[in-house]
Amino acid sequence: MTQLALVIDLNVCVGCQACVTNCKEWNTSGDAGPMVDQNPYGKDPTGTFFNRVQTFEVGEFPNTETVHFPKSCLHCEDPPCVPVCPTGASYKRKEDGIVLVDYDKCIGCKYCSWACPYGVREFDETQKVMKKCTLCVDRIYDPKMTAEERRPACVRACPTSARLFGDIHDPESEVSHAIREAGGYQLMPEWGTSPANHYLPRRKTKLRIREDELERADNPLKIDGQLPKPGMAEPSLDDVTSW
Amino acid sequence: MRPAFSVIFLTTLIGVGQGLFLALFTAQSYALFDLLPKQDDLNFYAHGSALALLFLCGGLVASFFHLGRPERAWRSATQWRTSWLSREVIVLPAFMGTVFLYGLAHLLDWKPVLATLPGGIAIDATVVLGGLGTLLAFALYLSTGMIYACLRFLREWHTPLTVINYVLLGGASGFTLAAGFAALAAPDLARFFAGWALIILLVGLVSRVASLLRNRRLKPKSTLQSAIGIKHPRIVQTTQGFMGGSFNTREFFHGRSRGLLRSIKWLFLAGVFVLPALLLTAGLSGAAGFLAAAFVVQYLGLIAERWFFFAEASHPQNLYYQSVA
Repeated sequence: MTQLALVIDLNVCVGCQACVTNCKEWNTSGDAGPMVDQNPYGKDPTGTFFNRVQTFEVGEFPNTETVHFPKSCLHCEDPPCVPVCPTGASYKRKEDGIVLVDYDKCIGCKYCSWACPYGVREFDETQKVMKKCTLCVDRIYDPKMTAEERRPACVRACPTSARLFGDIHDPESEVSHAIREAGGYQLMPEWGTSPANHYLPRRKTKLRIREDELERADNPLKIDGQLPKPGMAEPSLDDVTSW
Repeated sequence: MRPAFSVIFLTTLIGVGQGLFLALFTAQSYALFDLLPKQDDLNFYAHGSALALLFLCGGLVASFFHLGRPERAWRSATQWRTSWLSREVIVLPAFMGTVFLYGLAHLLDWKPVLATLPGGIAIDATVVLGGLGTLLAFALYLSTGMIYACLRFLREWHTPLTVINYVLLGGASGFTLAAGFAALAAPDLARFFAGWALIILLVGLVSRVASLLRNRRLKPKSTLQSAIGIKHPRIVQTTQGFMGGSFNTREFFHGRSRGLLRSIKWLFLAGVFVLPALLLTAGLSGAAGFLAAAFVVQYLGLIAERWFFFAEASHPQNLYYQSVA
């Protein structure tokens, strides 16, 4: 069974908000109608977003690290938001595991957002329905697009390739490799929701240079200085010599 | 959580309506076995049912103000297999219909005898309707309570005490109203209802205080560490990713001070329990003024109680929304 998901590399994310912008641009111009903003140029602009990038400071000055943390619907394998929906507007697709909201069935009771511990559902104050990340379901199956384009808008926008997209149930997919080999983890595992989206942890980046890499023993191009001429008693040409 | 007044009025009003109906049928059951004097069908049962329906309709109307798309509300009856909200949507109108028929049967004196108990006690249609209504009233309390108790992330609500409190507080307010109503419509029952209201109130006080004590000792299961998956003990959010607020900052924060919360807690403890208990005791003689005052004070107290119930619950999503920059 397929479970599409994002894998987000916190070691690479620079917090540029490109995924936020591209997500909003793609999804506000789609078939499902705009993601409306209120007061966009006023004092307290607010609006509906599927994706947010937050920033956390870890540690105590001066030993701190800045972690940029992109956050969108995690498409849980056991989504707590789905069974509570009274109308069936919230559902999880069997074929690819995407959790979606049918905007034509939603009555805007907000109960699903109460049932989500991650706070990734946002109520559209103009359309009066609940909205959330669709994993760009209107992109990834579009036959008019090239294979390269059939990926979520946020993944396409990321300049550092911090966002990977694929099937986490396929053990040979790029995302499964990343989860296995780079220590991918889930958010709030204590609730047993089994989020499909995974995060890759920050890693220590170290540059190791050994002495012999600075003053090279073999000196292949003979520009590091002349080697001492071997004595006549040294081994002949047939053995080891620089004559 | 931010308390929504639509839901506060919905849960308190239908709680009163259910409790009043249960009180009416309790009196009829006692009268069936000659433990209480029989009452006038029109003055007591039909008018009482109408009063209960009035509260239930008020709750139903309030619930529509909670919906973004009320015109699609009929759809919410479809997911009764999984959703307690859907179950409430089905049980509420079923209960209202039963109360209506119960009142109508009394009004029209439509009482075909359906069975006879040993000892010659006739079970007529109103008794059957009353029994059905009683079942539905408890099913409705269960559905309403479970809407909140089933959300395991909101640990303040995720306890059987939530359902028990909905039953007891709704029941107490209904019996208090019944006492006030009986003082006018059936004076010989006022003392009976006031006594039961006091008993339910005392049990309700025990369970509500138990839930307050339980929630005071709750430790959050989710932390900033588990929320973003970084194990360091010191993590501070520098920005939540936007500045002007969002649905997540509006819906899940009550935005009031701890001091106000504490004041509301003492206010509802006085308004729901202490003052009505005193007024009910004073009204045991059947004085309509005391009994009516008991209900009004208790209902206002229940609004404070429900407000506190929502405000007290802290949602784990709030971990992600702590800092604007």
